[in-house]
Amino acid sequence: MNAVSAAIRPYAEGFKSLEPVLTRSAPAWLTALRREAFARFANHGFPGEREEDWKYTSTRPLEKRGFVPSLIAPGTIDVDAIEPAFLREIPAHTLVFINGQHAPALDTAGSDIAGLRIASLGKALQQAADKLQAYFAPASAWSDDPFTALNTAFLRDGAVIEIDDGMRLEQPLQLIFLSTKQAQPGACHPRILVRLGRHAHATLLETYHGLEAAANLTNGYAQIHLGENAQLEHLRVQRESAQDFHVNRVRVTQQHGSRYVSHTLNLGGLWVRTDLNTRLEAPEAEAVFNGLYWTDQGRHVDNHTRIDHLAPRTRSDELYRGIIGGHSHAVFNGKVVVAKHAMKTDAAQINNNLLLSRQAEIDTKPELEIYADDVQCSHGASIGQLDEQALFYLRSRGLDPETARGLLIDAFAHAVLDRIATPALQTFARRQLAAVMGAS
Amino acid sequence: MLSIKNLHAKIEDREILRGLDLEVKAGEIHAIMGPNGSGKSTLAHILAGREGYAVTNGSVTYLGKDLLTMPPEERAREGLFLAFQYPVEIPGVNNVYLLKAAYNAIRKHRGEEELDAVDFLALVRARMQLIEMDADMLSRAVNEGFSGGEKKRNEILQMLVLEPKLALLDETDSGLDIDALKVVAKGINKLRSPERAVLMITHYQRLLDYIAPDFVHVLAGGRILKSGDGNLALELERRGYDWILAEAAV
Repeated sequence: MNAVSAAIRPYAEGFKSLEPVLTRSAPAWLTALRREAFARFANHGFPGEREEDWKYTSTRPLEKRGFVPSLIAPGTIDVDAIEPAFLREIPAHTLVFINGQHAPALDTAGSDIAGLRIASLGKALQQAADKLQAYFAPASAWSDDPFTALNTAFLRDGAVIEIDDGMRLEQPLQLIFLSTKQAQPGACHPRILVRLGRHAHATLLETYHGLEAAANLTNGYAQIHLGENAQLEHLRVQRESAQDFHVNRVRVTQQHGSRYVSHTLNLGGLWVRTDLNTRLEAPEAEAVFNGLYWTDQGRHVDNHTRIDHLAPRTRSDELYRGIIGGHSHAVFNGKVVVAKHAMKTDAAQINNNLLLSRQAEIDTKPELEIYADDVQCSHGASIGQLDEQALFYLRSRGLDPETARGLLIDAFAHAVLDRIATPALQTFARRQLAAVMGAS
Repeated sequence: MLSIKNLHAKIEDREILRGLDLEVKAGEIHAIMGPNGSGKSTLAHILAGREGYAVTNGSVTYLGKDLLTMPPEERAREGLFLAFQYPVEIPGVNNVYLLKAAYNAIRKHRGEEELDAVDFLALVRARMQLIEMDADMLSRAVNEGFSGGEKKRNEILQMLVLEPKLALLDETDSGLDIDALKVVAKGINKLRSPERAVLMITHYQRLLDYIAPDFVHVLAGGRILKSGDGNLALELERRGYDWILAEAAV
């Protein structure tokens, strides 16, 4: 057996064993979709470093783990250990998943709101799978992405969120994905489907939280659609355990005048790859991408973002910052594409990196592809160390070196967190950052 | 309080201080003057504990302890304060937060309880009034976007809040207009007491119009060439430094 098939084998065996369960009550289109997706994955295999998008991230560590499908029945869970994952600053409507499986007992239900439908994907597929078919109909732009194919092949649970036209949701929605220790390291593939109607406003928080000794793969995929003038603030806090693997794709489509604001916080996990893409498909659509990655020890965190300006007068603003210590390795690749007819596009992108040790490594690659005239685009990247003069200044005021360093690192990070508009979410994000920085 | 004996120091291979001697007692105000490149700022940096200087000979004793082996934060907690010639901008770090962290670090070192937020703010406000500082400076990031004068004033505010035993003022008067200079001088005079000492490094005599020094020293070529009282500063203002350099060369 050659190397590629050895890497695929655990997934092939997993697919074979799960398929009878998955197809039992599934409509034919869904079964066909899963099979086709698995065939695509098997045919392509894991991405190699020859592929441009994987130049600085090797999937070898992931392949070597040979993840089996995660356990169906979640065991008992320590409620104290998962408490930090919950937004407690304000009431929220929360769905909780353990190793990819919805665990309704842990949900905190917000009040029933007309115009909002939120459910686990597993339940939605059981009850009315055909209603969801439209979500899977369009040929995905990522159909050649093996992780997306894998997510589709093992499509089983996740969340469906639909918000009607004009609905302004005050209460945040929260999805919590817990990674817990299993007998064998397991893979789960949550799928999140989000649709905001015209003029709808909402706040969505995703938390990926690892418990002690967890060593799983969470391969998530979210597809988000914003109707005309819809607004979504979307915070993702990825804080899995030291041996956890995390792959996450977010694919957004935006209509006229819509505003999508994303905050990505990578604070945990051993090996992390996230891709965040939005398509500004109609005039006046706006995207704001904020990101903060914090890596230490031997961790690997790769953020790829892409913003497609496909219509005139669209705007994007991106700020990603990285704090890279130990012998960790971070990657940032931010692509902004301005299509030929996307006149008056306004796009700004900045990536700042703070290297805390000699062994730390960052590969940063801002990319601008502009096919239109009359646009305003800027991008920049920086890599630096803590300012020695500032450190001395703080110490000369009586602060010990650790406190002084912490203060400067905090200040660097908070420039990103300050951009979270919802106060409760900002407080939550600060709490998450403080927890990992305090523990390091 | 401070005793510097035969201090030699260099940066990389360049010898900057070449046998500097200085005694500062509690209650005294000293001014160190001298031409550019004489080693004035190097002295201030070495006393505050900045890295990058190699002390090749001599000693510095502060309150009976070997100052040169103490890390910068230890010196600060023991009551030494340097007002920087070029205060550092620190984006993202709140001015009042730093003040409070510094204040409490020093109190903790002395075995005193931390001051609560309300009392601390009252203290800071009172000190700000004294040097006519806008209250909104507190909520801004440390020195970020401050004008030259605002930065110097902020240094004086820190000094007044931290109440050091020994204050080193490195060209605090440079870049100040006459009104700002008077205000800064008022702050420094406020600190004057029998238990404290002030060491001012300055290029010009004009600061000394507002703060009467007990001693004036001329530093040139890395050594104190001449010491005197306040009249020496006036003489320097009149005659420049050349006559002292000439005297020393003889």
